[in-house]
Amino acid sequence: MLTHLQRLEAESIQIMREVVAECEHPVMLYSIGKDSAVMLHLAVKAFYPSKPPFPLLHVDTTWKFKEMIQFRDVMAKKLGLDLIVYINPYGIEKSINPFTHGSAVHTDIWKTEGLKQALDKYGFDVAFGGARRDEEKSRAKERIFSIRSAQHRWDPKLQRPELWRLYNTRKNKGESIRVFPLSNWTELDIWQYIYLNNIPIVPLYFAKERPVVERDGTLIMVDDDRLPMKMGEVPMIKKVRFRTLGCYPLTGAIESEASSLTAIIQEMLLTKTSERQGRLIDHDSAGSMEKKKQEGYF
Amino acid sequence: MAHVSSLIAEDIELYLKSHENKSLLRFITCGSVDDGKSTLIGRMLYESKMLFEDQLTQLEMDSKKVGTQAGDLDFALLVDGLAAEREQGITIDVAYRFFSTDKRKFIVADTPGHEQYTRNMITGASTADVAIILIDARKGVLTQTRRHSYLVSLIGIRHVVLAINKLDMVGYSEEIYNQIDQDYRAFAKEVGLQNIVTIPMSALKGDNITEFSSNTPWYQGETLMGYLENIQVENVAEESGVFRMPVQWVNRPNLDFRGYSGIVVRGSIKPGDSVRVLPSGRESRVARIVTSDGDLEQAISGQSITLTLADEIDISRGDILAATDSPPGVADQFEATIVWMSDEPMLPGRPYLMKIGTRTITINVSALKYKVNVNTLEHVAVTKLALNEIGVCNLGTDQLIAFDPYKEDRDTGGFILIDRLTNNTVGAGMLHFALRRSQNIHWQAININKRAHAAIKGQKPFILWFTGLSGSGKSTIANLIEKRLYSLGKHTYLLDGDNVRHGLNKDLGFTDADRVENIRRIAEVAKLMVDAGQIVLVSFISPFRSERRMARELVEQGEFFEIFIDTPINVAEQRDPKGLYKKMRRGELKNFTGIDSPYEMPENAEIRVDTTIQTPEQAVEQIINYLTDAGALSQP
Repeated sequence: MLTHLQRLEAESIQIMREVVAECEHPVMLYSIGKDSAVMLHLAVKAFYPSKPPFPLLHVDTTWKFKEMIQFRDVMAKKLGLDLIVYINPYGIEKSINPFTHGSAVHTDIWKTEGLKQALDKYGFDVAFGGARRDEEKSRAKERIFSIRSAQHRWDPKLQRPELWRLYNTRKNKGESIRVFPLSNWTELDIWQYIYLNNIPIVPLYFAKERPVVERDGTLIMVDDDRLPMKMGEVPMIKKVRFRTLGCYPLTGAIESEASSLTAIIQEMLLTKTSERQGRLIDHDSAGSMEKKKQEGYF
Repeated sequence: MAHVSSLIAEDIELYLKSHENKSLLRFITCGSVDDGKSTLIGRMLYESKMLFEDQLTQLEMDSKKVGTQAGDLDFALLVDGLAAEREQGITIDVAYRFFSTDKRKFIVADTPGHEQYTRNMITGASTADVAIILIDARKGVLTQTRRHSYLVSLIGIRHVVLAINKLDMVGYSEEIYNQIDQDYRAFAKEVGLQNIVTIPMSALKGDNITEFSSNTPWYQGETLMGYLENIQVENVAEESGVFRMPVQWVNRPNLDFRGYSGIVVRGSIKPGDSVRVLPSGRESRVARIVTSDGDLEQAISGQSITLTLADEIDISRGDILAATDSPPGVADQFEATIVWMSDEPMLPGRPYLMKIGTRTITINVSALKYKVNVNTLEHVAVTKLALNEIGVCNLGTDQLIAFDPYKEDRDTGGFILIDRLTNNTVGAGMLHFALRRSQNIHWQAININKRAHAAIKGQKPFILWFTGLSGSGKSTIANLIEKRLYSLGKHTYLLDGDNVRHGLNKDLGFTDADRVENIRRIAEVAKLMVDAGQIVLVSFISPFRSERRMARELVEQGEFFEIFIDTPINVAEQRDPKGLYKKMRRGELKNFTGIDSPYEMPENAEIRVDTTIQTPEQAVEQIINYLTDAGALSQP
């Protein structure tokens, strides 16, 4: 009998193969985090001995941790996969950043708009994303195959019923599909799978002494000199790590001694706060994720 | 905080080892509005210690702000997801929740009990191993309980928990518990549910959820969580059954490797095993089971694999690989149950796409035998299926497919239906068996073919399909065109709506279902005439896009010309050559196209005639010119 992880793995692989068999121009959204790491590992497994027959797309915001970018380039090279990096030119033109524009505008321009532009530019009709249903309440209701209008909008009331293992991949002109192969994985499943399969992850997940400052009760790492400092402020050196990865000014670090995978998992299981709290974008307003999704955010 | 296993702190590696070997159980909760489903799921999440401190804080705050439990923890708030729902206080869709205990990981499909949501429940139930049916102890077995139980049985869930909830509201009465249990079992027998376990509980107070309640000392069974952790659901057919693998993708990294990827939906497979490919019937042996971590000695049900065969035979996506000694059946006509999931009704005769396993084909329902009243289980004669209705029908596929009856195999007997125009999933269904006639009707091999028929007439056969409102001028223009073609020496035939309705279609009325059947027959007749080398003019209102498209797809490309006689309804009514509009205005005609029955305008007609600015003669010139330019009037 299969274990729960074996069943999840088989399901994710079946989903990816279905997309490749039925859709014209798929792409895998690669966000460099631990979920992306698992998704990429599964893609390699699903199509072996062929290479995954689609490129990776990273929608860059110019505000990611430097170590993420290094890791991204190393992984793409190691696996011999096409990597497309897209940066919203409007974001560059207007120097969009979280300090002057706030996290909502920052996320909207760089991530939501950037993603839409990239999908339109390359004409991708299907995009894999690493979102999980256990992350957030509105995710719990999203289908594995999520139809988006030509404007990339998500309408929770117009979702297609998904029965058995049958996925309807057909779409009208202009529509696209976001596909979430990790829908049924939990955070613990992800970590457990990484542990079992020795999947490489960005070193930022492991505790290390790093320069940080405190902003609104959250520890922010000083990854480069663009982070505005208060008068006379000097970064503190603390042993910290990250539970999720994103734009460095928007990603809270936690103080930790966990420098191995098992220690991370142990800490996660014993911890007192849930995963997305480290992500500042969810706190803007109630129902904010639902709203962002309707606008086209993953 | 997560699992309160002291093991986590003491020996994380040992803990991970034990977690690694957990199994997975998927279940659904079904009940009516206010039976306490959300509270039960919230309670299970809470009790399995899956909530983090910030979520608990949020829950406490929300409970005070919008809770329904006078400030006490309102577990339902944990699972009511979307803003739209929170405002209306209802659950509008299927949501999936996750929790795990030391023994198992669970995925819960949270399905609403609201009247119109049969669709959602069937969706949630399709992947579940166990169903929890909730009953409010104060209300007993309700109509909705019967409906949910019927659906659970229909979708083939073999294990049912009858959760008699809110027992605290009836003083934990054993008598009430026994009465409901008895009532329910009598009903469950009717719908064919076995393996029922009844548990008295209060999701709100936590009685018999994870721990035995002192409030029900008379109850000797398991707690709900105990049951869920221990129930053995391994589907015998899946685990020990004969091998089935629908081919999902052909893996060809280079000329030396040809693998077949798919999920093993039943049984197991080893290198050396012989397999048969369906529907072609060819056979070979498994050479290797290939993975990135090295070859496997065996693969079992539930695994996604890639295998290679000893012989080079033609296999593509949509085929089924099966054990040679017990292969699936192959047929093109079936009896099936259909659950309709779209606002647009299902009409017999209308073509839909069917996705079954990894194959997508065109079907149409040849006979809708009856619908099932989900509350009384009565069979009711109907001509169409509306949203959330369930019907039993005969259906035909346009190609032979391999299948197993649904009750033997969900993966090779369950299907979804897709609308060809909107691409939405509009229905789901379960194959019962192949109709015997499907094995007995074969296409006759014909020696004198279409080309020969056409050659002797010295023409290319095609269909001119005139569509438009009643009184738009279809027949007038079609008649003129036929005369012109006749004068050019062409062999033609005009099928006119009114004339055909006097004969071939005199059994049909003007409902949507009859209109679809009307057009289907005409399209088939036109197709036969094209096979006979004839030029066919069809002059029918033909109001629906999907039937016009069906007619188009019956013949080869270039043999179908759709001509839209575009006349605004007020102009057509003014002309009213047959006096039909007047009759309709007097209330003597119902289902009148353009008035109380829809007309779907063509989007891609080859030719559009605007009768408000063109005379019939000008229209004829336009059409003949078009056909000449398209090469349709030249020699074959």
